[in-house]
Amino acid sequence: MPNKTALPFVLLLLAAAIFPTAMFSGYHLFQLTMVVVYAIAILGLAMLTGINGQISLGHGAFYAIGAYSTAILMASWDVPYWVTLPISALVCAGVGFLVGLPALRLGGLYLALTTFALAVAIPQILKHKLFEDWTGGVQGLVIDKPEAPFGLNLTSDQWLYLFALGVATILYVLAINLTQGRIGRAMRAVRDHAVAAEAMGIDLAMLKTRTFAVSAMYTGIAGSLGAMAVAFVAPDSFTVFLSITFFVGLVAGGAASIGGTVLGAVFIEFVPNLADKVSKAAPGAVYGVILIAMMFLMPQGAGGFVAMIWRKLMRAGGR
Amino acid sequence: MEGFIHQIISGIATGGIYASVALALVMIYQATHHVNFAQGEMATFSTYIALVLINMGLPYWVAFVGSFAISFVIGVAIERLLMRPVANAPVLTSVGVFVGLLLIVNSVTGWFFDYTIKQFPSPFPDKSLLGGFVSGHELGSTGVTLAVLILVYLFFRHTRLGLAMRAAAFNPASSRLVGVRVGWMLALGWGLAAAIGSVAGCMVAPVVFLDPNMMSGILLYAFAGALLGGIDSPLGAVLGGFLVGVIENLGGAYVVGTELKLTLALVIIITVLTLKPSGLMGRKVYSRV
Repeated sequence: MPNKTALPFVLLLLAAAIFPTAMFSGYHLFQLTMVVVYAIAILGLAMLTGINGQISLGHGAFYAIGAYSTAILMASWDVPYWVTLPISALVCAGVGFLVGLPALRLGGLYLALTTFALAVAIPQILKHKLFEDWTGGVQGLVIDKPEAPFGLNLTSDQWLYLFALGVATILYVLAINLTQGRIGRAMRAVRDHAVAAEAMGIDLAMLKTRTFAVSAMYTGIAGSLGAMAVAFVAPDSFTVFLSITFFVGLVAGGAASIGGTVLGAVFIEFVPNLADKVSKAAPGAVYGVILIAMMFLMPQGAGGFVAMIWRKLMRAGGR
Repeated sequence: MEGFIHQIISGIATGGIYASVALALVMIYQATHHVNFAQGEMATFSTYIALVLINMGLPYWVAFVGSFAISFVIGVAIERLLMRPVANAPVLTSVGVFVGLLLIVNSVTGWFFDYTIKQFPSPFPDKSLLGGFVSGHELGSTGVTLAVLILVYLFFRHTRLGLAMRAAAFNPASSRLVGVRVGWMLALGWGLAAAIGSVAGCMVAPVVFLDPNMMSGILLYAFAGALLGGIDSPLGAVLGGFLVGVIENLGGAYVVGTELKLTLALVIIITVLTLKPSGLMGRKVYSRV
């Protein structure tokens, strides 16, 4: 990351850590935790879809796998919550790599279709009686909320918020470094012109499957944190609507914008709550309208829009 | 053995539904190279329209035709208003618009007709036929879907309009030069696809009951059917739809159990795409680089 932007970034992060922990409690803090969780999930999707150009409508599946990994480890084996994160990350990266293999042969639309099918099928797979001993079947699993360590004077909500924020910071810094370096350029090159990228010496198959694995890992870690925040997992929380929600968040924030993922996460956490007050049908309708409006009016998403304004301001200031 | 035959026959009956939806998907794919993720939700909406017409006191078949016509108009309108501007946009844009359309149609359905599960009448007698192997509705719905498929085939083969629509899908530039109004042909294709969807919806609703999410599973099987038959071949899509119906029923009964039926669709999709991406009857696509 360039040093110029590092200082405001750190200040912003500190404000994000201290202010809500001191000001909010209970449900509002939980909502903010979910914003952080969704941001990580959408970040994973952004690296795959926005930067590498592989469209996934099924990232809810990886979120579910991450959530279940953590829940099963905590419920069946009493593994400490923070140890479940690297394990769930490994599991999801592995599954993502395997899903990425057939995806290699599927150009844009077919990949969207296959991942859509995965998203529709995942609740059924989670409910299946073969895994019922671990997954708890239709009832799902209840897990304990993590307590603050070292005798810190924090509620478990406050601690979990800070914990999620810490994990998110690490993941964002890694993602920014990854996408701004050589590999990031290769990812964009593959998105923009696969044949030309291959001619430049990029190993298409390797790059695409690895991007898929990293993306699945990010979304899986988000699932783990989400399971801790909700303290409960059940198959019907991971329907195709969750995958579509991530996709909406991605598009709303701007598919190829790292910073936009936070805006997308804020959007999918708060807008449905507001819209729900109007009618049960409203959240879906709002999502749909926003998706189509974004595609027509603001293809770069809110993140791209803000970045454009920022560039214009900088240019005006420099003169 | 009797159970086996029964499974095959009811597989063919549901396969007819998948075949219709798969045909609707393929018609839009051929013309625009877009996959309509909202096809299932549009069909559900059409089915609700039929139910409203029936509740207004119209005879079943009048309501059926009425829903067919209204769906056609809605399909044309959607193409004109939403799809025209994104015709040449990148894949991400078109997928975004289709998913948006899916969400909007789904919520509008729930908002207009609420989320409770409703019964939908069947026009066919409720008794078993052919020595108990097939119910009246299964036989009737297979007949109706087959009739629609044959009519669509005749329309495309033997009418000037059908020829113009095929030409517009096959080679838009040349068709435009010989005076085919390509834009309107695409809109008609959308209308026809929506209308075929309404037939599928009306035929499946008595079996699975009507609710706003009725078609989401069926859409998945239709995808599988279209891919299995070859996504650019209408005949292949119909065949694929019937095949998927039979595979689903046999697999559900003897192999994976009914809880994993949707996963079976996923497996079919992945298998076809990795082993034979062009499907059973599709053309291989070569591209120059």
